[in-house]
Amino acid sequence: MPVETVKETYTGKVREVVLGSGEGEVKVGGQTTMPFYTFEGDMPNKPKIAMEVYDETEEWSDWAKEPFADVIDDPPSWAKKCQDTYKTDMVTLQLRSTDPNGSNTSADDAAETTKKVLDAIDIPLIVMGSGNIEKDQEVLKKVAEVAHGKNIAIGPAQEDNYKAIAAAAMAYNHKVIAQSPVDINIAKQLNILITQLGVSADNIIMDPTTGALGYGLEYTYTIMERLRLAALQQNDDMTNMPIICDLGLETWKTKEAKVGVDEEPTWGDPKTRAITWEAVTANSLMMAGADILVMRHPEAIKLVRNIIDSLS
Amino acid sequence: MALSGLDIYKKLPKTNCGDCGVPTCLAFAMKLAQGQAELDTCPHVSEEAKSELMESSAPPIRSASIGLGEHAVKIGEETVMYRHEKRFENQTALALLLSDDMDDDEINKKLENITKIEFERIGLMLSADLVAIRATSDAAKFSALVEKVSKATEKGIILVSEDPAIMQAGLKVVADKKPLIYAATIDNWEKMAELAKANNCPLAIKGANLDEAADVSAKLTDAGYKELVIDSGARDIKGILADQVNSRRLALKKTFRPLGYPTIVFANEVSDDVAMQNMVASTLIAKYAGIVVLSELDAATLYPLMVERMNIFTDPQRPMTVEEGIYEVNNPTAESPVLVTTNFSLTYFILSSEVEGSRVPTWICIHDSEGLSVLTAWAAGKFVPENIAPFLKKSGIADKVNHKKLVIPGYVAQISGELEDEMGDWSVVVGPREAGDVPQFLKTWSPAGEKEESKV
Ligand code: SF4
Repeated sequence: MPVETVKETYTGKVREVVLGSGEGEVKVGGQTTMPFYTFEGDMPNKPKIAMEVYDETEEWSDWAKEPFADVIDDPPSWAKKCQDTYKTDMVTLQLRSTDPNGSNTSADDAAETTKKVLDAIDIPLIVMGSGNIEKDQEVLKKVAEVAHGKNIAIGPAQEDNYKAIAAAAMAYNHKVIAQSPVDINIAKQLNILITQLGVSADNIIMDPTTGALGYGLEYTYTIMERLRLAALQQNDDMTNMPIICDLGLETWKTKEAKVGVDEEPTWGDPKTRAITWEAVTANSLMMAGADILVMRHPEAIKLVRNIIDSLS
Repeated sequence: MALSGLDIYKKLPKTNCGDCGVPTCLAFAMKLAQGQAELDTCPHVSEEAKSELMESSAPPIRSASIGLGEHAVKIGEETVMYRHEKRFENQTALALLLSDDMDDDEINKKLENITKIEFERIGLMLSADLVAIRATSDAAKFSALVEKVSKATEKGIILVSEDPAIMQAGLKVVADKKPLIYAATIDNWEKMAELAKANNCPLAIKGANLDEAADVSAKLTDAGYKELVIDSGARDIKGILADQVNSRRLALKKTFRPLGYPTIVFANEVSDDVAMQNMVASTLIAKYAGIVVLSELDAATLYPLMVERMNIFTDPQRPMTVEEGIYEVNNPTAESPVLVTTNFSLTYFILSSEVEGSRVPTWICIHDSEGLSVLTAWAAGKFVPENIAPFLKKSGIADKVNHKKLVIPGYVAQISGELEDEMGDWSVVVGPREAGDVPQFLKTWSPAGEKEESKV
């Protein structure tokens, strides 16, 4: 006798957001169901991979650097390699060097790097500042300016600096990444505040702040599920933006992705371990609702791609 | 749907004889209603009442236990679709597959992996839980392997064969260890059910699809079987995900008994590629599998899965904690800095990871703040001078270092004066607020230095 399954009826829908321009446009979001529940809803766009490119790679492990050895000092070539060799859906430029507590490179340098990276690729670009409240305002404004017409995403716009960053995104027709500190109320509040500035809700991507596997993953996971359920079940139009997880950075700074066999002889091959750490982090977050996965290692990306294809 | 305590009471003998271990029938009824007792504990309840009550007294998803003693693995008894609704109860068990057509070298290597690969994380030992043993040819070969495995490990066993005669041979060897019998099918279920009953073992059902699995399950459920495990037969991850979600939803929302049991998934049959099996397992740890069977165990890929499982199955209302005490990072000496923070596991992990990355030898003193993070613990009075100072004195940190400087988290800068008063001749230095800034802080720290200005 056939089992009569209970279908969940969702009243809401995740907003569909378009990144990039011309031939290189990519859509994210748009689903009417929980991740990969295609037996009861639509998922028009699969989760997208936005491969990382850094303007600085201090203290990276050998196995993190390995695939990029030939391009590691040149962000545009690196971005091009991600596009041509690794077929990434998008590129995320991580402007770590602008951190005032680190190399403190200038906003002009960042804009210059952004421009060159944009010239090297056709696919959409995401630009992430260092997370420093003051500096990011200055950096992302310049970045937005040089990227005019390219429909990139800039962030993180946080509670304390969203005005300047959202304004820059609006002025040059980009998307803004609204980052909340693993808090569903702040996530929603920030979306409301940004739309009150005049930014269309269709131009916002939510960043719930990513905890890597073993480092707070469960908090991010549950906040994402709750955001997604609010969007789909309660039709809440201030939590229904696509979600981005900036997980490459968080995963690769964990001890588990960095230490060698000499330090942890029972933890297995360090390269495999690090790659799996990233892949499992990404996969878990994807099952909680991630639409854009910011990732680092080509082999971890390959695993996540395979599972995305098998699930859809 | 569930009956109230009063509804249940009406059907009990109302003699208050106390044989159920509770003084009155009413008290027993209340316990049943809350899922804290099993109806079988009352020896006097009529058969008629029993069948009426059975339906409502059982949890919507029953549990199954495999193995004995400290190695027993309990799965099922889940009550929610999303972990924030309450919590996920019994974590997904991971099993390694052995087959009686493997050569001795391969079997020995795998047995070594299942016994040796383990990880310690916040005082817990993490390792794979079960060994699945698959019969491919005859009973003799199968029982020989079962015997070998049973001698090599105390872990729970899954016996894999659809042939009742072969299953019986395996059970002869390990029935007393409560293995899971896999599997009863539409063709053999009566014989397999007899074996499960005679040996008092949990029984797995394998359907060609979810419908067939539910059919077999309904027959076994009617016959009174309780410890069942379900394999819907799907061997593609998309189909498996749909079956997992639909089964759990039917069991929880509709009290659909035939699917109110934990599930088993053979990731090894979804893909031959070990890395891909790992991804399948990762998906199903998040999405409801009771058991996932893998063809290989490798420390480098098993550890991330174990940690995912730990994260997903953490009770959202009760954060993980680490034990109070002194933790040594990078082999500290008498000159090394001393940090103190709370025992919220996330605080500890992030801090220790940053300190390790800095390569600066450091003592980290972890104070039991009941699992709260620094600011919350301070606000709740769990991380304040009155309890930090006695902990540090008792911890013996003073005997380990030749200086008297203590670094506290930047978030509780306000307690530095009072803590200094409580700590006698120690001076208190305010460290950074964020763990990410700790490496830089440590690199400039010196025991002899003046009381430094914290940059944050
Ligand atoms: S054993 Fe049965 S009859 Fe006796 S008190 Fe308990 S519920 Fe009542």
